[in-house]
Amino acid sequence: MSWTALLLLAAAAWAMKAAGPLVLGGRTLRPDVEAALGLVPVALLGALILVQTVDGGERLVLDARVPALGVAALLVWRRAPFLVVVLVAAATAATLRAIA
Amino acid sequence: MRRPDPVLRAALAIGLATGAYAVSYGVLAVAAGLSVAQTCAMSALVFTGASQFAVIGVLGAGGSAAAALAPALLLAARNGLYGLALAPVLRGGRLRRGVEAQLVIDESTAMARAQADPHGAHRAFLLTGLSVFVCWNAGSLAGALAGEGIGDPRALGLDAMFPAAFLALLWPQLRDRATRTAAGVGAAVAVALVPVAPAGLPILAAVLGVLPGLRALRAAAPTDDPADAP
Repeated sequence: MSWTALLLLAAAAWAMKAAGPLVLGGRTLRPDVEAALGLVPVALLGALILVQTVDGGERLVLDARVPALGVAALLVWRRAPFLVVVLVAAATAATLRAIA
Repeated sequence: MRRPDPVLRAALAIGLATGAYAVSYGVLAVAAGLSVAQTCAMSALVFTGASQFAVIGVLGAGGSAAAALAPALLLAARNGLYGLALAPVLRGGRLRRGVEAQLVIDESTAMARAQADPHGAHRAFLLTGLSVFVCWNAGSLAGALAGEGIGDPRALGLDAMFPAAFLALLWPQLRDRATRTAAGVGAAVAVALVPVAPAGLPILAAVLGVLPGLRALRAAAPTDDPADAP
């Protein structure tokens, strides 16, 4: 990969991140616009959780990530600390893959 | 001794998890033909993991840099939506906002949105963004230098860490019907698109979940007609 392509990608990636903060800035938004923007990360994170669990690159895959997410959900529901949730999820997937 | 506060602990935990994953990025990037300097520059300058993996995936499969840019940009585009949502959280003048914007990623957004007040949101955003930035770059360098021979991150279950982490961050935000609807519809739309859409698009399309979320919000809110005020 050329440095030009790399720097182009970096500039584009930054521009997308910075567009909102630079254009909207400290402006006060209409309450309904603010409510809509507040729901954007929620919708995207909901999608990210499931897609990262079943994405097999152009198809859906059910593997050790699914029971790992199930265990994580149980722990989150029982209000376990963040680190415990993440480590137990990883350990669950690792154990299932080691057995399989 | 006081216990370290939960936001700081979560920020460090997310940083360590992404750092471990960055090692595999470094290994794969060098294997795909990037120099060590390019591998590290991409982590520091592009700093959006999914896009970086997309680039080295295409290059590693023999594709051109031009062919690698399209999926990388599509995957990076969701940061644009996060940036819109985080605009009120980022502080200061244009320069400072421009610099802090580099830290706008899944993890920092999720942590910021999980906080109740704007000050806490900005602190959580910065702590998480910096923790991930430092660990992601350190892990990338370690992987690039170590080269092959590092184990498969899947065998360690590292790929299961991320959905679990995001679930832990999203859960406290699902307080009302509007957020639950947005998250549920967003997730359903994205999963339905995975088999048919190019990488990156399913997550972007999840923004459609905002519409039924807003409807739920309006249905729950009292009308703002001043005549209704007591």
